[in-house]
Amino acid sequence: MSTDFVSTDGYAWRIEDLDTDEMVLNMGPQHPSTHGVLRLELRTDGEVVRGVRPHIGYLHRCMEKHAENVDYPGVIPYTDRLDYLASMGNSLGYALAVEKLLGIEVGPYVQTIRVIMAELQRIASHTVAIGTYGMDMGAFTPFLHLLRDREKILDLFEWTCGARLLYNYNWVGGLSHDLPDGFVKACRDFLKEFDQITHPELMDLLIKNRIFIQRTAHVGVCPPELAISHDLTGPNLRGSGVDYDLRRDEPYCGYQKYQFKVCVANGEFGPVGSCFDRNYVRALEMAESSRILRQALDALEKTERADVREKVPKKVKPPKGEVYFRTEAPRGQLGYFVVSDGKDSIPYRVKVKSPCFTAMSVFHVLARGLMIADVIALIGSLDVVLGEIDR
Amino acid sequence: MDFTYDLLSALWPGFLELPRWVAVALVTLIPGLAIFMFISLGPLLYVYAERKIAGFMQDRLGPMRVGPYGLLQTIADTIKLMFKEAVYPRGVDKKLFVIAPCLVLVGAFLSFVVLPFGGRLVTADLNVGLFYVVAISSLSVVGLIMAGWASNNKYALFGGMRAAAQIVSYEIPAVMTLLSVVMIVGSLSLQDIVLAQSGGLQHWFLFRYFPLMPVAFLVFFTAGMAECNRTPFDIPEAESELVAGFHTEYSGFFFALFFLSEYTEMFAVSAVTSVLFLGGWMAPHPALQAIGPVGLGWLWLIAKAWGLVFIMMWLRWTLPRLRVDQLMYVAWKVLLPIAMGLLVVVGALLVWEPTRDGFFWDKWVGWPLTALIFGFLGVVMAKALRWRLRRPQEYAA
Repeated sequence: MSTDFVSTDGYAWRIEDLDTDEMVLNMGPQHPSTHGVLRLELRTDGEVVRGVRPHIGYLHRCMEKHAENVDYPGVIPYTDRLDYLASMGNSLGYALAVEKLLGIEVGPYVQTIRVIMAELQRIASHTVAIGTYGMDMGAFTPFLHLLRDREKILDLFEWTCGARLLYNYNWVGGLSHDLPDGFVKACRDFLKEFDQITHPELMDLLIKNRIFIQRTAHVGVCPPELAISHDLTGPNLRGSGVDYDLRRDEPYCGYQKYQFKVCVANGEFGPVGSCFDRNYVRALEMAESSRILRQALDALEKTERADVREKVPKKVKPPKGEVYFRTEAPRGQLGYFVVSDGKDSIPYRVKVKSPCFTAMSVFHVLARGLMIADVIALIGSLDVVLGEIDR
Repeated sequence: MDFTYDLLSALWPGFLELPRWVAVALVTLIPGLAIFMFISLGPLLYVYAERKIAGFMQDRLGPMRVGPYGLLQTIADTIKLMFKEAVYPRGVDKKLFVIAPCLVLVGAFLSFVVLPFGGRLVTADLNVGLFYVVAISSLSVVGLIMAGWASNNKYALFGGMRAAAQIVSYEIPAVMTLLSVVMIVGSLSLQDIVLAQSGGLQHWFLFRYFPLMPVAFLVFFTAGMAECNRTPFDIPEAESELVAGFHTEYSGFFFALFFLSEYTEMFAVSAVTSVLFLGGWMAPHPALQAIGPVGLGWLWLIAKAWGLVFIMMWLRWTLPRLRVDQLMYVAWKVLLPIAMGLLVVVGALLVWEPTRDGFFWDKWVGWPLTALIFGFLGVVMAKALRWRLRRPQEYAA
């Protein structure tokens, strides 16, 4: 047995005996970068994190139970409040699920508007995701530049339906309001500025910044197998190099009509599946959304204007049955499982399959062995919204 | 100090008749108070400037409500902080908790004692001035660890430990680069260093041994920035990781002290950098040194220091933050080898007779390089200005 030190009283110390204690660091629910009310219990050894236990549920609002006590259209405001940064996508999924249950097919005009709204919402949601991610890395300025442009999307939404955050816009069988006159032009103006100024600026200022790449490129690497086994979806899955997007593979709302590229990480900087890749996919996706939007605006001008409430049923009373419908929300696959007992106009059960919840499930696996600063980078790159995790 | 003595004896005939101890007290108190006022009121301006600069960079206005263009905003904030309750959280080591911010502030303040603002405008021209600056600026580390430990908060503790590791690491490359300046001058007195750079911009140490000393300048400025805990080196108070680092638990007046010392230290580091590399109170051209009998040296020093402070702010609002290990990497594996290499090379050049007073082209690089730098800055500013002016029209469309 080798000894490293011999103390004055003759006790032989080995270096293994000199053990340092692990410290439990409680991060959240009130912490600037846990993106809401996530609570993390970190076991740290100095700056290195030995283990993480996420605690969720601080934002639980019994959404699914509420849904069993209101009628079908009444659930839509509750779905808005799931992922409060991407309400349009949430209500779209629910509306499509109930429409499938009822057997309603909305017209092309409504479908196009739904695509426009969903893609605008995707850009708005990704601007917040990338902006706050930059802020987690200490870069404050890109955040404000991106929020400046998100404001313009919210202005468009407000103009259309009167609300800036929680819209109640996608109704079962239609929409709450038609697009206002001049919307197409305003939207085109926004896209022009976004494509020419905001997006290239974001790429230069944040994404291609060397410090930013160093901070994120080798951190929290999630290989494709791990991503699939933990059911990562959306940008998180594509960030791991899996080429899968519901808009292309299971098209809804007429997405098959649009030309767009599914952005997949290629490991340009470091291994595929790192925090950088997940964020990079989001940044690229914004440009693709803009491409879809331009096509959709063109299509909208060619489509004959129709009453957006034409197919909205007076009373939603679906036959007995159950339906599962999933859409590509900004944060991944958002699925709704709706059960109807056919007796009254209140859903028997509404179950939400949340992309953020499954993204959170891989967190403790990836966080082991990282440094405290990297844990922040990891949360930001998974882009969880606690409203959707806790429901 | 002797400047105050001369000034008082010239303006006030009765001064020389005063008892000796009163005269000494006056001569030391007046410059001390002047510096104290300068330092304590300076941050009002820096904070306002920082918020405005941040606002312009982020396409917003910055403070606009209190006073014209928000000029009184920082004064209002200061008053608020002064009258706010100083909260002592449970389990705080009260003595250390109170001493810590004072110690940090003292460390930032005391380096001004040897800072020359002009030929005679210096509180104390110590012959070991530079050594004193290095020593006294390390005092704040003690305060930071103390604050981190006394707060009884894990985030504060992390912040304190990070601050200690960072400042101690970055001290080494900073001092290494200082040594090359000291070797050129042959003195540690800041006044001597400034005087060695007299005769116009081309004699500044920034342009000596071109391109060696510009590298030294960059190394020293980077290390200085790290010692002030500014982004991209702000890991001790990394807000997204450690909430607020070592000053998480501080509120009210004690928080204001930390704030004050941060900005004071920024100015101190910038001023020392300009003394070492940018000629201190020397004007770019000897003709600009004074208007008649009124020396403008102090204005030149402040202008140079503020220029560097502006660069610090610019970097802060542009760059992301480094991670702890990357920060250490920069200090030990990038800056330190460069600094040591410079030390050896500059030392060798000084010993060799033909290059004792610098390379023969040194005199010719000063002005063109300065013109180039300011030209570049001008282009950037013009672009930014055009950008700001163009945007409202875009919104209107």
